[in-house]
Amino acid sequence: MPANNNLIKELVNKYGRDRTSLMPILQGVVEQNNFISDMDMTEIAKELDLSAAQVFGTATFYSFLDTIPRGRFVIRVCKTIICDMHGKKMILQTLENLLKIKVGETTQDKKFTLLETNCLGWCHKGPSMLINHDVYSELTAETVHEIIAEYMHK
Amino acid sequence: MSEFVKRVDLIFGEYSDQKYKTLEKIVSRPNDDIIKDILDSGLRGRGGAGFPTAMKWKFAMEQPGDEKYVICNADEGEPGTFKDREILTQVPRKVFAGMAICGKVIGAKKGYIYLRGEYHYLLPGLLKEIDVYNTFAKELGIDFAIEIRMGSGAYICGEESALFESMEGKRGEPRNKPPYPTVSGYLNKPTVINNVETFVNVLMICRIGPVKYKKLGTRDSRGSKVFSVSGDTPIAGIYELELGMPLEKFVEEFGDGDTKAVQVGGASGFCVPRKKFKDTIIGFEGVPTGGSMMIFNSSRSMYNVLHNYLDFFEEESCGQCTPCRVGCQQLRKGIEAIKSGDKPVTYLDQLIKLSETMKITAKCGLGQSVANSFSSIVTNFKEEMIY
Repeated sequence: MPANNNLIKELVNKYGRDRTSLMPILQGVVEQNNFISDMDMTEIAKELDLSAAQVFGTATFYSFLDTIPRGRFVIRVCKTIICDMHGKKMILQTLENLLKIKVGETTQDKKFTLLETNCLGWCHKGPSMLINHDVYSELTAETVHEIIAEYMHK
Repeated sequence: MSEFVKRVDLIFGEYSDQKYKTLEKIVSRPNDDIIKDILDSGLRGRGGAGFPTAMKWKFAMEQPGDEKYVICNADEGEPGTFKDREILTQVPRKVFAGMAICGKVIGAKKGYIYLRGEYHYLLPGLLKEIDVYNTFAKELGIDFAIEIRMGSGAYICGEESALFESMEGKRGEPRNKPPYPTVSGYLNKPTVINNVETFVNVLMICRIGPVKYKKLGTRDSRGSKVFSVSGDTPIAGIYELELGMPLEKFVEEFGDGDTKAVQVGGASGFCVPRKKFKDTIIGFEGVPTGGSMMIFNSSRSMYNVLHNYLDFFEEESCGQCTPCRVGCQQLRKGIEAIKSGDKPVTYLDQLIKLSETMKITAKCGLGQSVANSFSSIVTNFKEEMIY
């Protein structure tokens, strides 16, 4: 896969060539493409005058900076204790059945990726999940159905 | 509420449309006076560690040079904590004003809010408010601008030095201390990094004065605290309460009548069993907390709770130092082996020893604090670990 040179140039122009701009640039690539490819990392390294290994090291450290292709909508279900107690397992099963994928997988049409994540900070309204940046809390099987139906049409 | 559980309306209260009126008054006050007020108030950091805020600011103020930074730690990742999100949603201007006061005192021109990736949805609203602040600051001649930096899903970046590394475009791996941030923080410049709630407390101290502020709480735990209450409670949510209350009274207020244990301070905090509710004080003289209060009733397996925490630590460990990277894995595998009968019960003692070793040898707070929840759960709920 070729690098997204135009996007990277745009981000570099916006945030600058300093290493402190690396996180915003990586975040910008994920925002646009749902993941950062190896070629993207090499291109970013060139622009910022870093080694590709340095960029790779940073990118792979963060759980939200995906380095393998993801769907257009990344679903992250909170698995930390309170959401877990309040029915996370059932939510995950509902999602797996609806999307016909397992945790960690992406649907064939590249629309949805299903992941688990650590505490989202919605413990008082668990179970909860993120779809891209949007939060959904106090989930039930019914609301999950409704939410996914809505995203199917997007 | 009972006489012991006292509601306070300091952090979320009094949020007028008349923007930044306290800040406007305070910019002309001498820095030493402000430090003295904060010192007199007894304010200790609200992120969990509880370092005296006035001392931190004083250290940074005394550092030479004019390149200094103020950072607001909004990487609220501790399981069971969600109060910073609420503060940033309800009263963001109070946070910015607190940061601006800090900037003035220590001589910093730049402030950053490091917001966790999970709270990205707050960004548009916060950016708008920051624009308002920056314009206002310019009009008032306050040479202190605020910017937001986003995290990307790493619990460890709530550790201050890991947060600097992340902002510098590196892996979020904690640094050796000393040097402390007030000497060498972001970009190796003197930096004050405080929790979201701490900045609001500073503003409130400036607004109501240390004498009034000190009337809240106890000798060791002054002021109020925003608590995140979750778990087996009919009234989960965010509550601002006076510090220093007995846990027993807290449970009476928030429990569902069948509370077996309360995890105070999140996964890295302490698990207090029912028999100790009476003698436990919530505050720096007892069990400190960054605000996380997770309540478990009799229907919960404490083995599952501990296993969930260990999974969490294992994933969130940065992997830099061996005690934490290997220790978290071994603790998790160890309790699994005891549960399945592959290891004898006496192996639990070995695991406790391992967690104690992590406490003294791990590089940062993550690895050091795994022992808190581990030994408090294992010793208080031994049967549940075995059967």
